[in-house]
Amino acid sequence: MEKRDLSEILRHHPFVNDLSEHHLHILISCVSNVRFTEGGYIFHEGEDATKFYLIREGKVALEIQSGEKGAIRVQTIGEGEVLGWSWIVSPYKWHYDACVIDDVRAFAFDGKCLRTKCEADHDFGYEMIKRFSQVLEQNLKAARYQVMDVYGR
Amino acid sequence: MNSNVGIDSMIPVHAHIRKIVWETEDTFTLLLEPDNGGSGFHFFPGQFNMLYAFGVGESAISISSDPSKNDNIAHTIHRVGTVTSVFSQLEKGDVIGLRGPFGNGWPVEKAKGKDVCIVTGGIGLAPLRPVLYSIFNNRREYGKIFLLYGARSPLDLLYRVELEKWGKMKDVTVQVIVDRCDTSWKGHIGVVTKLFSYIKLNTANTIAMICGPEIMMKFTIQELSQRGVPLEQIYISMERNMKCGIGLCGHCQCGPKFVCKDGPVFALPQISHFLEKKEI
Repeated sequence: MEKRDLSEILRHHPFVNDLSEHHLHILISCVSNVRFTEGGYIFHEGEDATKFYLIREGKVALEIQSGEKGAIRVQTIGEGEVLGWSWIVSPYKWHYDACVIDDVRAFAFDGKCLRTKCEADHDFGYEMIKRFSQVLEQNLKAARYQVMDVYGR
Repeated sequence: MNSNVGIDSMIPVHAHIRKIVWETEDTFTLLLEPDNGGSGFHFFPGQFNMLYAFGVGESAISISSDPSKNDNIAHTIHRVGTVTSVFSQLEKGDVIGLRGPFGNGWPVEKAKGKDVCIVTGGIGLAPLRPVLYSIFNNRREYGKIFLLYGARSPLDLLYRVELEKWGKMKDVTVQVIVDRCDTSWKGHIGVVTKLFSYIKLNTANTIAMICGPEIMMKFTIQELSQRGVPLEQIYISMERNMKCGIGLCGHCQCGPKFVCKDGPVFALPQISHFLEKKEI
């Protein structure tokens, strides 16, 4: 796919739709198109977090293996959302399993490539940190809200 | 909008249980027929009745049935305390006391010509079900309908058959999300506000109606506000300890408002400054 086409498609994703042209081009230099089929896993807990994903279609469930209770699903990530932040936080390991529950089309971004770009261009790095801080904040708020068990008995 | 204010409103009528539907493990719907056959019983979506377990006590329960039908008045009840536990043990044919209907209701008239976004969690869907019935009874008078519904788990979802039916209707979007689940659930997992990512609101022309735990309503208001829905187009239903139902006893007071009489439904600007004050 031409870089220009990719740039136009990426512009539709809420995570990057207001990114500067220059920073978008840096992102595009680390991107690939990926598809995953329902029932498969994109990554597993403990593996190296080598990528993050912008979901274009489909749905992924994050699972924690709880031993005797089996897998517990704690969050779903769907169209227009971001899957994975561990690529930017040392020691770069996944904390969950990511199970595909609806066929997924996504952009995958190479974490190691991006970390190198972030080190080389701190403005770009700061832009990534700002955006992923929002992802982390939303996840933290949601986790606290779920812990409150507001609909509980 | 109160239809029952005065001495008579303190005297319960007998109501016969015509049917009991268990919605979840701890939530059930009582279909009641008042002694007069229900012929004089009319209510607005969002109103509630005081249901009386003889010799035990009363509990304020929202009416959850179709307001165009006055037989088999539905009350969906979460078993959480003494009175609701007694209700959960009753059987078809048993008699309880009923006072009401009390309170105002949802702005179904004001919403005509507009899109309606209903955001609810847990048992909060019950007082909003009559809104959906009203809209579907007069479908052409409303725009797009969005129902965003959060629950603790898939097993805690109310009205599952109707949710599926509503979701297949034209210009009706039903999005459901749960806090936790096992791998058999294929729907969304997370908090109810996450569902806003999957819908597109025409914010200037949308009336939002929210009912659920106060913390859920707080986050939902923030989300609606960030998306540009004017505060005066947001309505919430408050829950307080209601006793008399007619604004006399003061148990449900929230600042200068009596939730039973002035509410339970409020336009957000009427009540927003009391929402975050401690001990109100």
